[in-house]
Amino acid sequence: MLTLEGIRYGDGAFSLAADLRLSPGGRVAVIGPSGAGKSTLLDLIAGFRRPDAGRLLWQGRDITAAPPDRRPVATLFQENNLFPHLDLARNLGLALRPDGGRLRADERREVERALDRVGLQGLGDRKPGALSGGQQSRAALARVLLQARPIIALDEPFAALGPALKGEMLDLVRGVAKELGALVLMVSHDPEDAKRFAGEVVLVADGVAAAPVATTRLFEEPPEALRRYLGR
Amino acid sequence: MLTVYAGDYVVSEWGPARDRGDVEASAAATAVSPRLLPRILLEGERTEADVVFGLNTDVTKQARESGLFAPHNVDLSPLTLPIDWSDDVFLPYNYGHTAFIYNTERLAEPPESFDALLEAPDDLKIVIQDPRSSISGLATVLWVQSVYGDGAEAAWEKLAPKILTVTKGWSESYGLFTDGEADMVMSYTTSPAYHIIAEEDRTKKAAIFPEGHYFMVELAAKVASTDQPELADQFLAFTLSEPFQEMIATGNWSFPAALPREQWPEGFKELALPEEVLFYSEDEAAALRDEAVEAWRRALSR
Amino acid sequence: MASRAVALSRGSAAAWLAGLAVAALTLGPVAAVLVRAGGWGDLGPGDWQALRFTLLQALASAGASVALAVPVARALARRRFRGRGALVALMGAPFILPVIVAVLGLIAVFGQNGLANAALRALGLPEMTIYGIHGVILAHVFFNLPLAVRLLLQGWLAIPAERFRLTASLGLSPWAMFRVLEAPMLLRIAPGAFAVIFVICLSSFAVALTLGGGPRATTVELAIYQAVRFDFDLGRAALLSVIQLALALTAGLVALRLGAGSGFGAGLDRVARRWDGRGRLARLADGLWIVLAAGFLLTPLAMVALRGLPGLTAMGPGTWEAALNSVTVALISTALCIAWALPLATRGGELVGLAGIALSPLVLGTGLFLIVRPYANPFALALPVTMVVNALVALPFALRILRPEAEAVRADYGRLALALGLTRMAWLRLVFLPRLRRPLGFAAGLTAALSMGDLGVIALFADPDRATLPLQVYRLMGSYQMQAAAGAALLLLLLSFGAFWIFDRGGRVNADA
Repeated sequence: MLTLEGIRYGDGAFSLAADLRLSPGGRVAVIGPSGAGKSTLLDLIAGFRRPDAGRLLWQGRDITAAPPDRRPVATLFQENNLFPHLDLARNLGLALRPDGGRLRADERREVERALDRVGLQGLGDRKPGALSGGQQSRAALARVLLQARPIIALDEPFAALGPALKGEMLDLVRGVAKELGALVLMVSHDPEDAKRFAGEVVLVADGVAAAPVATTRLFEEPPEALRRYLGR
Repeated sequence: MLTVYAGDYVVSEWGPARDRGDVEASAAATAVSPRLLPRILLEGERTEADVVFGLNTDVTKQARESGLFAPHNVDLSPLTLPIDWSDDVFLPYNYGHTAFIYNTERLAEPPESFDALLEAPDDLKIVIQDPRSSISGLATVLWVQSVYGDGAEAAWEKLAPKILTVTKGWSESYGLFTDGEADMVMSYTTSPAYHIIAEEDRTKKAAIFPEGHYFMVELAAKVASTDQPELADQFLAFTLSEPFQEMIATGNWSFPAALPREQWPEGFKELALPEEVLFYSEDEAAALRDEAVEAWRRALSR
Repeated sequence: MASRAVALSRGSAAAWLAGLAVAALTLGPVAAVLVRAGGWGDLGPGDWQALRFTLLQALASAGASVALAVPVARALARRRFRGRGALVALMGAPFILPVIVAVLGLIAVFGQNGLANAALRALGLPEMTIYGIHGVILAHVFFNLPLAVRLLLQGWLAIPAERFRLTASLGLSPWAMFRVLEAPMLLRIAPGAFAVIFVICLSSFAVALTLGGGPRATTVELAIYQAVRFDFDLGRAALLSVIQLALALTAGLVALRLGAGSGFGAGLDRVARRWDGRGRLARLADGLWIVLAAGFLLTPLAMVALRGLPGLTAMGPGTWEAALNSVTVALISTALCIAWALPLATRGGELVGLAGIALSPLVLGTGLFLIVRPYANPFALALPVTMVVNALVALPFALRILRPEAEAVRADYGRLALALGLTRMAWLRLVFLPRLRRPLGFAAGLTAALSMGDLGVIALFADPDRATLPLQVYRLMGSYQMQAAAGAALLLLLLSFGAFWIFDRGGRVNADA
């Protein structure tokens, strides 16, 4: 269980409060108007920001003060998910060896398997610049697979892809998450993404991240804030 | 082993003397003379130097009063200076005089006197050195002071329009002169010797003025805190010996301090010598210095 | 938001260490001089005039450099022609040139007997003189125009191509385009360029005196020299140097506030596609500015080369030894400076780094001498001290180049590195250094060239057996060997530019965009 207990975060005029629990293995969409704090919520969970008050717990363990790499979270950012001057094998290898050391033979095989899994077999010696946008997203996902964390945070990593490609990627994420048994948190401003992908939705609006609601129920009886966002 | 602080021009010519085994010296040297005394003063009694080589009369008073130097115990009778010298602390090893050097191909008829120089047309261009940063520059100011006394500032004012520029040190001035930037450069009576001996060029000459030329001498002294006073005395005595004196003329392009004119190297014998030699004792110079420099600054700042 | 985010800059302990080292190496020597002097001294009669002249010439020099750089940088930004890259590189040379070499070159062109007067005489026109405050400014513009052009050129090239496309589609007049696109950029970049050049000109000494024509052109640095060398008045030297330091840091603060701190980094060979300035008049004007600037900057260099050639054979083994020493010093200074600059490549670090060029070299040398003397023989430390001081003096320039790019790398990849838990070494080795390769090459080249030509501090520590090349030039001149000195100066020029070229090139070859 991922528990956000009385989390408060403020920066100038911006503020965000979160008090909610998310179950392992779930798929959760985070939606809301832009600037409401969707990415901030992800940052708080992934450890890129520290809350002013409150606690963050994973399976009962307090991780409020843990640095990003000590958290059970793997993140896919909007951009810069790969180091452009390193080839894919090197990029993925860093997930296994953060000191940049040489990979053992079994680790190398693991990297190859991850590339196979996302459909990039044999491309380990390419640099990201030599790949298409979709291929880059796949490579980043392969990295997440190698990190093997119980929570995957997606901060709109597929926003630049076309609809068909995005659908493909979401299916791939679903598969990867299932393999890992991971909880997926996905920021999106497209309600269709949420309907298609997520079992639950966390609505972030008016300075509050609301407790998760089942996706179908949410869109059947949208609360006031969601109606405004959806323009209905 | 004796540690000698010296102007580096000396060190480069050190080899022959050292090789002859006349004296054992490990020469540690600073670059140019104006930096020697500050360095010794900064080091104080902890200095490693046994002998300092390359002081000028403008700093002897300060050096003497620091108490860092001891009498040299060297017999002064071999000296062949144009003035009397009886200092028991600072020992001369070579000398020269301030003089304007000109190129005969460019300036066929140089001014025949200092007065004539002051009255020369303003398109006669000279370069001098800053008395605040250069020894020869300070000597120039004292030269004008000794020739014109209270009229020094007025003399500088007359000279001002002819002064193309003032440089930080002697090298820059002389470089400008050899590049043909100026008609005359403030330098030494011995400068033509370099051109005669090293380049066989007899077109560079010193303009000799009947008013007299200021005496410039370079000095060595024994450091009081030396742990080898005998060796230091021996070394100082050696600087007045013939082998050293014969070497210093072309090593430092100056007149040897203890060598009769007949024994000077060939090129030096040709040099024109001033009739009248001007010199202030260190006390006189110290009393005059600040005001003389200030008069120079005022006159040239107008 | 950034302030509340988890710190993304790595190695803050190293940053503190590097910053403290700068502070210790600048304030330490001043304190040492002050302690030795037993207190502050009084200012002499000429000191106020010196201060006034110093400010005046620094303001005028910085102003003229920046003002002239505007049309030149603009012309270079919007014209493509063969050899443009080489011209931009070569025009940077005066900035890395040792002072004495440059002054000789300038006099060969603008002196009584120089090319300019020869041309005037041939045309039957009245002759000009370089000596006077205009000569001082001319020389400072010669040194610093390349820097100003580089800074502004970078600003021009940083204007996104879309903006030019937009103005082209709107059909804006040249004047409207200047106001909309170029003036805001200039307002952002020019104050920083002005301040850096102002600080450099503050400590001018030999140039100001030689070309200034006399005591009217006395600078604070000369007054410090006089206080140390002639009067041995260390208290006065300390006071003067602190005044100079305060002026420089004030300028630095103003620049940091006004300027957005754009670097003068790599990528200058790029030309944005532009649609303006296609008229005949604009083309003619741009061409004229480029030719004038190139002529002004390159002719003195050519004269240095021309006059040095015969001397190359007359230099003697001492000069080659000195050259070897200089190369060694330059290489080690460069390594030191880069290692120093990397942790300091932040906004605060850049201000701290400015202290290096702001402090009087003479006070720096004297202070270090006083600090070192009780423990070691300064002769033995001549080269190490020179290396450290060179690195210190080059630090502000290295930081100018590195900081914007270092910040970009941190902003782009800091989170990913955090998420992966990269170790400090892995971050440095695999991400930070490889991403900074181009600016690192440029910074290293500049540092190496500046170190090759520097003479600042070695004088008091000078060891006759380990002279550097600039010192050797002075020595040869001091012993009447003017031709050999010209040869050594040419060698110095070649080594400086060669070092710059090799490093800069090394940063570009095979570098990923």
